[in-house]
Amino acid sequence: MGLCCPQNGKKTSPSNGKHLTFALAGNANVGKSVIFNQLTDSNQIIGNWPGKTVDRAEGNLRFEGYDITVIDLPGIYSFSTFSMEELVSRDYIALEKPDVVINVLDASVLERNLFFTLQLLEMQAPLVLCLNQVDVAKNKGIIIDKDKLEETLGVPVVFATATRGEGIYELAKEAVKVAIHKPKAKHLKYRKELEEKIEQLQQIIEKENLGLQYPARWLAIKLLEGDSEITKIIAAKSKAVVDASKVIAAELQSSCQEPCFSVIASERYALASSIAVSALQQSEIWTTLSDKLEWLTTHRVLGYFTSAGVIAGLLLWTFFVGNGLSTVISNGLSIIRPVDPALSTSQPLLAIVLNGVWGGLNAGLTLIIPFVIPFYLLLAVVETSGILTRVAFMMDSAMHKMGLHGKAIIPIILGYGCNVPAIQSCKIMETRRERLLAAFAITFAPCSARTIVLFGMVGLFVGIQWALLLYVVDVIIIFVLGRVAMKAVPGKSTGLIMEMSSFKWPSMKVVLKQTWSRTKSIIYIVFPIYIVGSVLLQVLFAYNVLTPIGNALAPLTVWWLGLPLIAGVLLILGTIRKELVVLGAVAILGTTNLLVGFTPVQLVVMALVAMLYIPCVSTVAILGKEFGWKATAVITAANIGVALLVGGLAFRLLTLFA
Amino acid sequence: MEQKSTQDYLKAVYVLRKNGDLVSNTEIAQKLDVAPASVTEMLKKLSEEGYVKYSPYHGSTLTEKGLKEAQRIARKHRLLETFLSDVLHIGKDKVHMEACQLEHALSDEAEESLCRFLKHPDTCSDDGKTIPACDLPFSSCEECIKLHDRGLEEVGKRRENLVALSELKQGQAGKIHFIRGGHAVLQRLLDMGLTPSTRITLIKSAPFDGPIEIFVRGSKLAIGRGIASKVFVEPEAKVNS
Repeated sequence: MGLCCPQNGKKTSPSNGKHLTFALAGNANVGKSVIFNQLTDSNQIIGNWPGKTVDRAEGNLRFEGYDITVIDLPGIYSFSTFSMEELVSRDYIALEKPDVVINVLDASVLERNLFFTLQLLEMQAPLVLCLNQVDVAKNKGIIIDKDKLEETLGVPVVFATATRGEGIYELAKEAVKVAIHKPKAKHLKYRKELEEKIEQLQQIIEKENLGLQYPARWLAIKLLEGDSEITKIIAAKSKAVVDASKVIAAELQSSCQEPCFSVIASERYALASSIAVSALQQSEIWTTLSDKLEWLTTHRVLGYFTSAGVIAGLLLWTFFVGNGLSTVISNGLSIIRPVDPALSTSQPLLAIVLNGVWGGLNAGLTLIIPFVIPFYLLLAVVETSGILTRVAFMMDSAMHKMGLHGKAIIPIILGYGCNVPAIQSCKIMETRRERLLAAFAITFAPCSARTIVLFGMVGLFVGIQWALLLYVVDVIIIFVLGRVAMKAVPGKSTGLIMEMSSFKWPSMKVVLKQTWSRTKSIIYIVFPIYIVGSVLLQVLFAYNVLTPIGNALAPLTVWWLGLPLIAGVLLILGTIRKELVVLGAVAILGTTNLLVGFTPVQLVVMALVAMLYIPCVSTVAILGKEFGWKATAVITAANIGVALLVGGLAFRLLTLFA
Repeated sequence: MEQKSTQDYLKAVYVLRKNGDLVSNTEIAQKLDVAPASVTEMLKKLSEEGYVKYSPYHGSTLTEKGLKEAQRIARKHRLLETFLSDVLHIGKDKVHMEACQLEHALSDEAEESLCRFLKHPDTCSDDGKTIPACDLPFSSCEECIKLHDRGLEEVGKRRENLVALSELKQGQAGKIHFIRGGHAVLQRLLDMGLTPSTRITLIKSAPFDGPIEIFVRGSKLAIGRGIASKVFVEPEAKVNS
């Protein structure tokens, strides 16, 4: 939608050939991604949990004739080297020097957000402040004096309510102004004791002429903080500066009785606090609807019900809505032309191919669309509302049993849709060990493909209650294996520190946009695979290539798992995408009634094994990219092992009772 | 039955108190394995000395003075237990009794050396309970490491009585004085605004040793129990609920 204001005519104005770069920076959860979308029209995903925007997102904007590249930096609280996100952001701002840094702040938590603003000012970044969610702040009774804030900080301030597109035009205008005029920012001073030490070290740095891109004052502060990266960089240029910094730091430390980095952080917060207090015209915390929701979602008993409701509700919603929609669509399509899976070499190749294309398209429409869209729709609502933070709060002690903390529940829930983005979002966890443990748990999370297998094999032909039972089995397996993995991977767990941002009423536009962007990326990947896969399968089947494969795997599939011979072929197909297990079964059996080839027990075992046995190719690829091939091999082997063990046991147990 | 000292009684009340409820004489008698009559007698004495607030038939709570003394002993006891089990590998069944004997003889100086030697443990490795903060006037363990050769007299003592953030009552506020743990934890907490002298209010604690929710600098934060027991605050007496 872009710059939605009436003045928007300028958006399509011809380029004046000049190019500018804006970088968006700020804390997690302040609506940076929404502003990014408003500015660039791009379909970046917007979430409501800390550290969502991990990758560097880029978009373009034409404004007042300028071609502007907008970069969305990760949401962070500081420029210490606690995480990769912080390092990436600070190097970008200091070294690549964007024309303007747009610092987005949550108007209702001004003090915490200004802590970060002060660090941007230390870096002497050309700043525009965007105070977002002023409407939410106003509802809480917080009113901010814009002129006062501009005067104290010496940078332009723009008020915005980004979800409604308010203030975006003004923001772009101010940013362009700053980019052209490059006004000199005010030099904000800290307490005398600290300021003297900074200036003392700054002079030493300036005298040494290190030839670094970073501003001298910022280097001085970072040296005093004992920042390991910066110390390394400077030590390579001049040992004297580092030695001098150590002496000065020791002086400061003994006079304050506090470590230097703590003195500096305290000082920044003290300054942020005084600026925030002076700029607040009115600040009364009113009890709002959000507080009542807060009470319900974190109540010591009811909180667990709401958490369980969110976790199970999303799955059940997907399952039942998907089920209904799938039936409707499939009935609709069969009116056009029923798929005829019965094929033989007697038919011309073209007919086989065409049938395959239609079958693949059909499968995509009846399987992916009905399950994926409802899930992502509800997920977007849940995500933007802020309820996931509360689920993370309530689930913290349970997640500790798996060596994780509460925040890990968020990627796992995301895994209901597709494991690939879920594993990517594990970056919100602090250490590699935690990311690995969370990713491992996700490889068992019932993604939409698994839901389709459960629905298409068990729900339809054995009974809904059996499909639901398999979900429960899956959750138990995730928990048990999570504990095993925690014991197997050495290391300590870090604890939870998470901002509990206030509840937000999800904006319809944001929800729809996000749903579409996620669905789109799945459709683009899945439809071609379905169509090609289906054609290939039809051809291979017609020319009888599949039987030897099935025979080779017979000891495992037939003897140990008690499945029919075709299971071997289906399981190989399923490594591409899990739904291909169902699709393949239909194609090979030559009927949509799977009971022709399977007994009910076999369907349950088949679905169980398909659910657990191997992460699909895309999941394996993302695991390899994030964690290296060794870890990926171990995870994959663990998946296969568990699937065979559980599948074999289930077969023996079920035959006993059947 | 052996004679129990003032310190044993204070420690018993300290361990038994939960959420500020009164501790009954029966509980103390059971804990220390002494006759109820001697408990009554001893509590009266402690009350006169200003260590406990004792109301007959209801029970007792620790005063500021009593809490300070009890935490001092509990700290020595739990450090010793950790040392005995982790370093000397003494059996779990004997660790507690050994520590009970040794705690009375351990000097303050030896206690601080022990704390540094054990790398500032958070919890006792015998029963997992939080080890109270030391009474040196530092705001973090980093300084203690850097300044430890200055001698205890020169460093002086902390006046305030500190409790872990996780021990605050719902609605109670406190001011941060000390954060235990290495550079990484400290930096993370500082970045989130938990700097020394900051006022924090506990909004709620999740059950099952789950995280706590606090109000700090105009916003709400969730903090895991493990980290919350590293942050030590001077509690305010008034509780707003």
